[in-house]
This record gives sequence, C-alpha cells and structure tokens, in this order.
Amino acid sequence: MDPLLLIEQSLNGFQLGVMLFLMAAGLTLVFGVMDMINLAHGSFYMVGAYLTATFVGLFDSFLLAVVLAVPLAALVGVVVELVALRTLYGRDHLDQVLATFGLILFFNELVKIVWGPVPLRLTPPEFLAGQVELIPGAPYPAFRLAVIVVGIAVGAFLWYLIGRTRLGMLIRAGASNREMVTALGVDIARIFTAVFALGAGLAGLAGAMAGPILAVEVGMGEHILILTFVVIVIGGIGSVKGAFVGAVLVGMVDTFGRVLLPTTLKLFLDPSTADGVGASLASMAIYILMAAVLFFRPRGLFPAHG
Amino acid sequence: MTAPLLQAVGLTKRFGGLVANDAIDLGVSEGQVHAVIGPNGAGKTTLLAQLNGELKPDRGTIHFDGRDITALPTATRARLGLARSFQITSVFASFSAVDNVALAVQGQERHSFRFWRDASGDPALAEPAERALERVGLADRSHVPASALAHGQKRQLELAMALAMRPKLLLLDEPMAGMGVEESAAMVTLLAGLKAEVPILLVEHDMDAVFALADQITVLLHGRVIASGPPAEIRRNAEVREAYLGEDAAAGDG
Amino acid sequence: MAGARRRKIALACLLGFLVLLPPVALAAGEPFYVSLFTRILITALAAASLNLILGFGGMVSFGHAAFVGIGGYVVGIAFVHASDGTLFLGLLPGTVSGFVVLPLAMIVAGLVALPIGAICLRTTGISFIMITLAFAQMLYYLMISLRRYNGQDGIAVWQRSELPWPIDLDDRMSFYYVALAVLLAFLYGTHRMVNSRFGRVLRAAKDNERRVRALGFHAYRYKLAAFVIAGAAAGLSGALLVNSTGFVGPSYLEWHRSGDLIVMVVLGGVGTLFGPVLGAGALMLLEEFIPELLNGLADGLGEHWKIFLGPILILIVLYARRGLMGLVDGSLGGSLLRRLRPEPPPGKPPRRRR
Repeated sequence: MDPLLLIEQSLNGFQLGVMLFLMAAGLTLVFGVMDMINLAHGSFYMVGAYLTATFVGLFDSFLLAVVLAVPLAALVGVVVELVALRTLYGRDHLDQVLATFGLILFFNELVKIVWGPVPLRLTPPEFLAGQVELIPGAPYPAFRLAVIVVGIAVGAFLWYLIGRTRLGMLIRAGASNREMVTALGVDIARIFTAVFALGAGLAGLAGAMAGPILAVEVGMGEHILILTFVVIVIGGIGSVKGAFVGAVLVGMVDTFGRVLLPTTLKLFLDPSTADGVGASLASMAIYILMAAVLFFRPRGLFPAHG
Repeated sequence: MTAPLLQAVGLTKRFGGLVANDAIDLGVSEGQVHAVIGPNGAGKTTLLAQLNGELKPDRGTIHFDGRDITALPTATRARLGLARSFQITSVFASFSAVDNVALAVQGQERHSFRFWRDASGDPALAEPAERALERVGLADRSHVPASALAHGQKRQLELAMALAMRPKLLLLDEPMAGMGVEESAAMVTLLAGLKAEVPILLVEHDMDAVFALADQITVLLHGRVIASGPPAEIRRNAEVREAYLGEDAAAGDG
Repeated sequence: MAGARRRKIALACLLGFLVLLPPVALAAGEPFYVSLFTRILITALAAASLNLILGFGGMVSFGHAAFVGIGGYVVGIAFVHASDGTLFLGLLPGTVSGFVVLPLAMIVAGLVALPIGAICLRTTGISFIMITLAFAQMLYYLMISLRRYNGQDGIAVWQRSELPWPIDLDDRMSFYYVALAVLLAFLYGTHRMVNSRFGRVLRAAKDNERRVRALGFHAYRYKLAAFVIAGAAAGLSGALLVNSTGFVGPSYLEWHRSGDLIVMVVLGGVGTLFGPVLGAGALMLLEEFIPELLNGLADGLGEHWKIFLGPILILIVLYARRGLMGLVDGSLGGSLLRRLRPEPPPGKPPRRRR
C-alpha cells in the first residue's frame, strides 16, 4: 500500500476514534457509575452541533460558538438528568431504555421544530479551512487535524481528572463499587449530576466538531451512538481507558476496512464481486471485531467492576 | 477410613490485591455436619461460591463424590448432588411455594426442553415437591405465592428446594439468618434429623446452632483456616476464642 | 378474582372485534381498515415474539426488528430470483410459494438469531442491550451494502406468496384471517410454552438466574432457545409484512423499529399474553390517526406528534408499568398507589446476633 495513503487513512481512522472517544468517555462513566443505560446521549451530540451552527450564524466565530455550545449542551444534560433520569437510577434497565428512547423522540422532534427538517451546513473556521502538509507530499485537512489535537487534549484532561483529583477518585470508586462511595458519606446524587454534565458536554463538543465534517441533521446522534455502544462494549463498561482503546480500535478498523477489504478481495475475486463483498464486509467489520472481543472477554478489554 | 464426600485442597482466591481465601483445606464426610464459622469478611461466602462453582479458584482442587469438579460449572455440580441454599433469601417470588420446589425437582431431571405440556399438572414434579414441603413443615402453605410467605417460611422454603434436589451434600449459607428463636430451634431440630441421610456443610453465625449441630468445625479468619476440629476442641482453642468466640461469648453473657 | 374476570371479558370483546372486523369494514365501504388491521396483527406477532424473551425471559433485546427484516428479506430475495429467473448465490432458484418462503423465513431468522444470541447472552444487563442493538445495526448495514438487492432502496415485491386454495393473500379478507390465525396460534403456543417445564425455567431465570443455575439448570441454553424461537417468529412476521406492504428494505431493520417493538410490549403490558397485541394496536392506531387529530388543533402540529409520544413514554415508565393490561385488570390505580408508597429498602434481612 502507498505509504502516503496509509498515513492519511491512519489519521482518518484516528480522527474517527477521537470523536468516538469523546462520546464514549462520558457515556461509559454514566453506565459504570450509575448502572444506567442512556440512549439519549446522541441527543446531546446533536444539540451540540445545532447550537454550534446557530452561534456560528450569530457571531461568525467558530471558536466562540463552540465555547458557548459545549456548556449549553452540558446544561441540557443536567436538566435532563434532574427532570427525567434521576428517578430512573436503580430501576429496571427496561424502564431506562424506554424512557431514554422517549427522550430521543422528544429531542428529534424538538430540533425539527426549532431548526426545521433541512440539514444545516457548518463550515470550519477560516484558519482551519485549508490543508496542512505534516509530511511533505501528504496534505491533510487542517480541521481534522485540529479534531485530533482537541481529542488528545480532552483525553489528557480526563486522565488528569479521573486519575488525579478527588472527584475523579470518587467517580472511579463509584464505577467499581457503588456502596463504598455512599459509605464514604459522599452525596452521590451530586456526583451523578456532575458525571452526567461532563458526559453531555463532551458529547456536545463531539457534535460541534462533527458539524463541519458530516452534516448537521436530525438523527445525526443515533448513528454515532450505536458506534459508541460498540466502543464501550469493547472497552469495558465504566473504563475511560477502555473507551479510548476501544474508540481508536473501532476508528481504525472501520476506516481501514473500507479501504483495504475491497482492494484485498480483488486479488481473489473478480472486481465487481470483490467490490460488493468488500463493501458488505467493511460495513460489518467493527461489529465482527466486537463479537470477537466479546467471545474471549465478555466484559470487554478493561472491565471496571471487580 | 474412606475418602470424604467433599474434599477441597488448597483453595485460593484473590480479588485484586485482597486474598479472600488462602490455601483452604476442607473435607465433609458422610453422616456429618461440618460447620464453617468466622467473622464477617473471613471468606466464608467466597469459599461457598467456589464449592458450588460460582467462582473459579485461582489455585486448589475440589473433589466431590470421587470426581474432580474443580472446573465444572454450577449447574453441573448441582446435578451431581451438590445443593446450595442462599444467605439472602432467593426463592422465586412470582411462583407459589410448591412451584418453587417443583422447579428444584425439575432441575434434577435430564433436561427441561419440554415446551408443550403444562408443568403445574405434572405429578412427577408436584408429588416430590409436596413431600419436601412437608419435610420442612410448609405443607399447608404450598399454594401461597412465595412473595407472600413470612421471612422464616422463606428460609424453610429454601431448605425444601435444596432437599428436593435429591442432594448428596447440602451447602447451607446461614439457614437461620433473620429467624426468631422458636423458628431457629425448629430449624436446628430439622437439620439434626437430616444429617443421617445427607451430610451438611453449614455456614452459620448462630453459635448455639453451630455447637448443637456440628461434628466438625472449621474457623476462618482473614481468608485462612485458623482451626479445624470437633466442637469441644474448637471451644478450647485460644486463638479462636480471641479471634471470634470471645466477642460473641461476651455479647452472649451480657 | 375480579381482575381475572374483567380480563376474560375484555379478551372476549377483543377477539370478537378482531373476528368481525373485516366483514363489517367491507360492508361499510372502508376496506382500508382491513389492510390497516392486517398490518397491526402482523406487527403484533413481532411484538409478541419479543415479549417471549423480554416479558417472560427478562432479556431486553434492542435488536428484534433485525429478525423481522431478515424474514422480510427472505421473501424479497426469493421473489427477485423468481422474477428474473436467476439463481441465489448461483445455487438456488427463486420462488413465490408460500409453503417455501414462509417456513424458510422462520428458519433463516432463527439461524441468524442463534449465533447472535449465543454471543449476546454471554453478557447481561446494559451490555446485552447494547450488543443486541449493535448486531441489529450490523445487519442493517449489511442489507444496505447488498447492491444486488437495491441496497438502500430495497425490493418492491409485487407478487404475494402463493398459498393453496382457499387462502389467497391477494384477497384482503383472506390475508387478514391468515394474519389473525398465525397470531393466535403463536399466542397459544406462547401460553403453552411459558407454563411448560421450559417456560418455568425461563421465567425463573428472569427472577434470579444465579439461583436457577444452582438448581442444576444451564440457564444459558434455555435463554438461547427462547431467543432463537422469538427470532424465528419475528422472521415469520417480517415475511407476512412484506406480503402486506409489497416492499422490503433496510428500513425494516432500523433501530427505531426495534425501539417501537419494545414500546409496544411495554405499552401493552410486559409479560402478559395479550399485552403486545394491545400495545401494537394502540401505537399503530396512534401513528395513523394522531397526526390528523393534531392537525385539526393547529396546522402542522400533526407532523410533530412524536414530541408528545416521548414524554408519554416517560410517564408510562414512571406511573403505569403494567401497561394497557393493567388498565384491563383495573389495577392501574393500585400500581400508582404502590409507587407512591415508600418501599422497604432492599438487601438482607436484619440478622440476629447473639
């Protein structure tokens, strides 16, 4: 394979992985700490993208728009937590599935009413609009590169927050042993809200950054939500490290599956069959990866619960 | 002397850095009640979980009825005749008492992949179930939903389920937990009557019950066996008195 | 018990309604209702099959629509090859014979459910939900990638499955009664199954799987068997649905469809025999008529009716867990009361120390 193409595809895979990590990091903590399934996480991603698009329209500054949209997405998360989800902790997972499915329907319609059914276009800020030549001869979109940088920065921030602060210690304890946290006399409800806000904010950030790459449209959060689930299952529920490893794995396998499978198959099959089979296999690659991981490690690569 | 029915050798189980069970040796012979005691966190529940297959030991072997069961799953051990009752009452709340026991009877059949015939009218299940209920003194409550039984009755139901498994060995996890004095005494009488037909491994906090029933006592502390022997010997053991009986005796005297 | 009596009367009314609906609707010159209720009955079959694992087995599968879709694609793919005379994978000729495609839809859906269930059931709780969803999504993308079968656009199936006289799926009335008969047969089968030895193990595993294992049952095998049976029944539902709508496409496997099936089961009453039928009827009738009603209130409101459905789902979860069957039993108020009353904290009973 052409080394330049290899580098480009690696960056693409890593960039997808970074987006997935932003989604998965918060959600895996919600799952792990609260033993609660939240299908509406993709809605925060969608809200983040729409808010960013709106603020860009108002202020004509992408950076400012993101700075405003992310805390607002977190705020939406807090409101949702306080109003609807708080009562669902400790309930049947079926209840949580149903209620958060209801939230998705609600948010999708709300967005349709507020912003209309037509997808919005979000352009990257001017200073990131061009290409960068990291390695001579291999130009790469500056915006995607920025996404990677932001993702790594968030990863470092989370590593510090989870590993080095008191809040992080409580979150980790909550993910592996809920009773212990309660026994420490900590107000667990506030930790839940904090984790939820963190997760919603990160999802909003992911949505804001996805806007210029994909389209800003109703239901945009659902496709990535299911990929996020795959990431969490592979990484192990409740583990931020697992979310990172899982996200990069999924990003790489998905990207390279789409590039390599059809070309590889052409060595054995006639071109049109190879294209067809290759496309089918590529669309299934990450799920096959998930199945393989689960077959050997039903609780994922880095399970948080002891 | 014949080999014990159940023989655990060197059972070791770690959770992260914590050693929950450290090289535990234990044997239960026919006709015996073997009690395992120890303060909370001594590793009794971990031990039981390894014996019935819910946890895989990190090291050590378990032999039961002449075969190595160390690697067998819980369900297979249950079919071999290793019947366990649970500390936290775990009867099936939506089933009637007799249906709970009938399910235990069913568990000993070759398999239950029968999709059509109504199981509630099946005398092959109901008759042994009724007999087991009678045995524990619940015959008159057989059609009451398990959720409506009093706490002590649920404990009796647990025992009836274990008996209905036609066990070769009973693993009882605190059968008297939460029982009143009278109920406890009745349970002791019942268990004493059982031991001739089926040996019992008993984990129990109620020291009166333990000393009334046990032929052998093993004392756990911090995951290790600190003493093992007949009750009289255990009662004299200084280390045991200090670690465990002392506080209990003080509380009992007070 | 009063509840049981009310239930019997309500079910008798429901059955009477369903049996009499086609002649009445046709006499009134409203054949549309026969088609609508045919679709409702077929969807109710899918919901009832989900209820078998969700309601009686406690498995919250979020990918059930995938099996409906697989069943639908069996009919669609068999039709494509029948109409252009080609061979499937160069081996099998196509067909529109109902005797072939309907059982085949069940077998294929069951065979797909087997490995998926085998992997998913190694996990529980949240993981199980996420993985069933993920596998359903995998099949969704697989269908999109099948260019031979029009990918995203799906297959227009303009020839219905052929069954021997007097059954004729081209005839509304005939099709309706086929759907009703299949649904009732499945419900009767479910009734027998949940009360059989197999069903007892399944229901007990829902209560407490650990205890079931300690009684000597390999709980996994029973759950997997139920998962496969439910998948096969969903496949049959999909095969019938294709016959009813004349179309099959990836949209059959969309994850919203799986969500809708869960909503139907819960709306009707989890773990009740007829609940999924009521739930399917309620949701699909709402879908059909609410938009018009709302448009009467304010122009354009009907389009956004799901903004009401969302919060309604949340309210159902919070206050009406027994669903419409709870309403039938007259115990809805009771369950509301119970919810308001504080429950004793779970955990071990107090231990007596001496």
